[in-house]
Amino acid sequence: MYDVIIIGAGIVGCSTAYYLSQYDLKVAVLEACNDVSMGTTRANSAIIHAGYDPEPGTLMARHNVKGALMIRELCRRLDVPYKQCGALVVGFDDKDMETIQTLYERGLVNGVEFLKILNREETHDLEPQLSADIKGALLAPTSAIVSPWELALALMEVAVENGVELKLNNKVEAISKSDEVFTVRTSEGEYHGRYVVNAAGIYSDAIHEMIGQKEFTITKTKGEYYLLDKSEGRRVSHTIFQCPSKVGKGVLVSPTVHGNLIVGPNAEDSDNTDTTYEGLQFVRKTAVRSVPFISFGDNIRNFAGIRAKNDRGDFIVEESHSVPGFYNIAGIMSPGLSSAPSLALEAVDWLKGKMELHKKAEYKETRKKVRFNQLSAEEKNELIKKDPRYGRIICRCETVTEGEIVEAIHGVIPAVSIDAVKRRCNAGMGRCQGGFCGGKVAEILVRERGISPLDVLQNQRGTNILVRELKVK
Amino acid sequence: MFDVIIIGGGPAGLAAAKKCYDEGLEKILIVERDTQLGGILNQCIHTGFGLGVFKEELSGPEFAHKYIEMLRDTRVEVMLDTMVLEINRDKEVTVINGNGYQKLQAKAIILAMGCRERSRGAIATPGSRGAGVYTAGAAQRYINIDGYMVGKRVVILGSGDIGLIMARRMTLEGAEVLACVEINPYSGGLPRNIVQCLNDFNIPLYLSHTITKIEGENRVERVTIAKVDEHFQPIEGTEIVFDCDTVLLSIGLIPENELSKVAGIELDKRTKGPIVYENMETSVEGIFACGNVVHVHDLADNVAMEAEKAAVGVCEYLKGRKSEGSVDVTTYEMIGYTVPQHIHLPLDKNKYDFFFRVRKIFGPSVIYVIDSEENVLARFNRQYIIPGTMEKITVPKVLLEKGKGNLKVLIEEK
Ligand SMILES: Cc1cc2nc3c(=O)[nH]c(=O)nc-3n(C[C@H](O)[C@H](O)[C@H](O)COP(=O)(O)OP(=O)(O)OC[C@H]3O[C@@H](n4cnc5c(N)ncnc54)[C@H](O)[C@@H]3O)c2cc1C
Ligand SMILES: Cc1cc2nc3c(=O)[nH]c(=O)nc-3n(C[C@H](O)[C@H](O)[C@H](O)COP(=O)(O)OP(=O)(O)OC[C@H]3O[C@@H](n4cnc5c(N)ncnc54)[C@H](O)[C@@H]3O)c2cc1C
Repeated sequence: MYDVIIIGAGIVGCSTAYYLSQYDLKVAVLEACNDVSMGTTRANSAIIHAGYDPEPGTLMARHNVKGALMIRELCRRLDVPYKQCGALVVGFDDKDMETIQTLYERGLVNGVEFLKILNREETHDLEPQLSADIKGALLAPTSAIVSPWELALALMEVAVENGVELKLNNKVEAISKSDEVFTVRTSEGEYHGRYVVNAAGIYSDAIHEMIGQKEFTITKTKGEYYLLDKSEGRRVSHTIFQCPSKVGKGVLVSPTVHGNLIVGPNAEDSDNTDTTYEGLQFVRKTAVRSVPFISFGDNIRNFAGIRAKNDRGDFIVEESHSVPGFYNIAGIMSPGLSSAPSLALEAVDWLKGKMELHKKAEYKETRKKVRFNQLSAEEKNELIKKDPRYGRIICRCETVTEGEIVEAIHGVIPAVSIDAVKRRCNAGMGRCQGGFCGGKVAEILVRERGISPLDVLQNQRGTNILVRELKVK
Repeated sequence: MFDVIIIGGGPAGLAAAKKCYDEGLEKILIVERDTQLGGILNQCIHTGFGLGVFKEELSGPEFAHKYIEMLRDTRVEVMLDTMVLEINRDKEVTVINGNGYQKLQAKAIILAMGCRERSRGAIATPGSRGAGVYTAGAAQRYINIDGYMVGKRVVILGSGDIGLIMARRMTLEGAEVLACVEINPYSGGLPRNIVQCLNDFNIPLYLSHTITKIEGENRVERVTIAKVDEHFQPIEGTEIVFDCDTVLLSIGLIPENELSKVAGIELDKRTKGPIVYENMETSVEGIFACGNVVHVHDLADNVAMEAEKAAVGVCEYLKGRKSEGSVDVTTYEMIGYTVPQHIHLPLDKNKYDFFFRVRKIFGPSVIYVIDSEENVLARFNRQYIIPGTMEKITVPKVLLEKGKGNLKVLIEEK
């Protein structure tokens, strides 16, 4: 019997698990996929928004501004890549400049610090690569970039170390309640709990309706991206937004914490993460309006994420009206990544109203990671002396060692696929996209996990890379 | 202190080491990141190597083995399982292996790192991203080295040699290869490979076509191809759909130039490898390059010959050869690039080789080498020149000496 069952291990579920793990509670996280961060959290713009965008007074405004500050601190504590690179919202005409004025004023009301409206020269001084057609920009110095999946992983790793039970490969299929106890049936078994937190992303409406009445509806809209080689990573040094319109925050161009350049997204109603010819063309054409000389020939990957747009137009962070004890953190669209820790604290506060919460006598709040290529020569040698596997480079593009890969495979949340290794230590993230190291990572997975090569997965279940042994070897 | 450190132990590195040894260098080191020498040849178990250098038809591993044998009882040192992380103008070579992270000092360096395959991102093929999409070289490694099949029904994108070889290999192992799809109006592979790997197995080659969509949630289930117009844009209404579980990408190779970039070596935008002189010296004195790291070769034999040039260059450099300026070798749009891109003055070789690739198919043609005043210094007749085959011309010194200023290589259809 669990005190709390969290459904979904995206950034929202992971943040909730992290904060709940500090209390004397029995907590389970049920996740359909074979790793954390397999939903929207792994495919988005990765911006920690400053908070000038949401309308004042909304939940989005409040949680964005608070969440962004929390994330800055969390990334430091959890050793997660984060960089406060600042953002520019650029305008091309008078109408845009009006929008920029509105955003500036909203930002002030929302409590965003250091906002400034720049004229054309000031904008170009900051970002010489921007289009000559730009009239001015809003500068938001507190806007930041982050590695979303590493943040989710780090939060969940610490939660697990504090005793949270992470149940991967558990797709929730039915929920019932009797005598104040929820029974959550998954593809693997049944779990019983007193409270449920629904953090199931684009499926959070379906999860809620497994037990409650329809209280909100989620529409899925896809956003597609280009991710460019590090050779393009310095094209701009701030996140460059165009003025937001009805369809969203528009196409941005931004450095990433890993040194690449990200360009996107578009917005198309769709429930799959396939990229499309039209979508990518749109992204490309729109992006060059603000940053004309992007070299799309240096693209290394395209991907798409799905927004959980809900029909209320604001975050849904509340106890279900029809099912007491069932808490929805649902329809968490952008700026959901930026807001997640603050949303999680809402859930904790709600729980405090339901039961007495006691902090554990001891719990972990921090995490440290070996990043070989960032060590000094002495540190590298020391590590290799202890374990020669740190002297074997497996991923040449990102300089990732066998030692780090083995660590990922035997970590707190073990990596079970080639992409899971990538999410933990960057192997395969570089310009050759695993063309060179994929096979080597596969070999290490086989050895360390004691599995057959035929069972090596690219990513989720069903993505086996090899189909059979050769007849004659 | 090493006389020369050779980075990479493929055919380029091996042939360079052999020649350096024959020329009498004392301290020669090959650094190779793999656990064995041979480079990409280790996974090329088909024959078609060695006709140029050994006058016999060998498989890739056999070709490599010949060199490894020749080096066995020499003073040439080899560090395996060792990655070069950085080099600089002072010829310091930073390496890492299970024994540690250290800097080695050399008097000269030969870059022989080969190249890597372009991946899906480079051409932004839309669609899903489950399993089943591999670069042809990665698939070749899974099959030839590890002994596992990557799929059953295959579409190959790109008609480079690796893709063609893999079409045959997959077929022989029982897979069905449904199509080879090439965006250009011509194949990028060797004619002999088109015949032996596609035609002999009735695998259709779709020229001027590309993949416009990959579908399938966990693994490829379907791909759509379409004809492209002269701007390489898909033409609506020309789509063909294939049910398949595998896509192999053979869409080109790019020289491994990370080390070169950090060392400040000037790269050629066209070859994406270092700009070199006739002796394979790069823009940084004392750093030489050869093989696929300079430009993509079809034949390992050509790689070996280029490596010998680099080795001779190193020996002359160590003996103190000084040049007095240089001339540029330029070209025009129908010739993709030339190697070398510069020639040292004074002209001190008896003859000069120029390698290049054309950008379309040429029938009977004349290749001209002209000088800056448009005087023709040399001319060469050819019956047929195609992009898939590297072209070579050799100009005697006596002809080049007549030229003034920079050189230019041109081609004209008769
Ligand atoms: C294109 C795009 C760009 C964005 N850019 C930004 C940005 O720059 N900054 C920002 O702050 N926000 C951004 N966002 C929003 C942000 O990514 C999301 O708000 C956030 O990731 C949502 O996290 P989540 O945990 O709610 O959902 P998810 O990450 O989707 O997690 C939900 C989890 O629930 C699991 N699940 C679902 N159904 C079940 C089931 N039946 N049983 C068990 N588990 C289940 C899923 O597998 C998944 O792991 C962007 C979103 C998109 C789509
Ligand atoms: C599938 C395929 C089929 C082919 N078929 C034929 C054929 O039939 N006939 C023929 O003649 N030719 C063929 N070739 C071409 C020929 O194999 C290549 O041209 C040749 O191997 C290139 O030699 P190289 O030494 O330049 O590069 P490679 O063989 O790629 O060797 C480069 C070496 O450098 C090492 N290296 C790279 N970076 C570092 C570093 N930082 N530190 C340490 N070591 C490093 C690599 O591990 C590798 O061993 C084929 C090639 C392929 C891929």
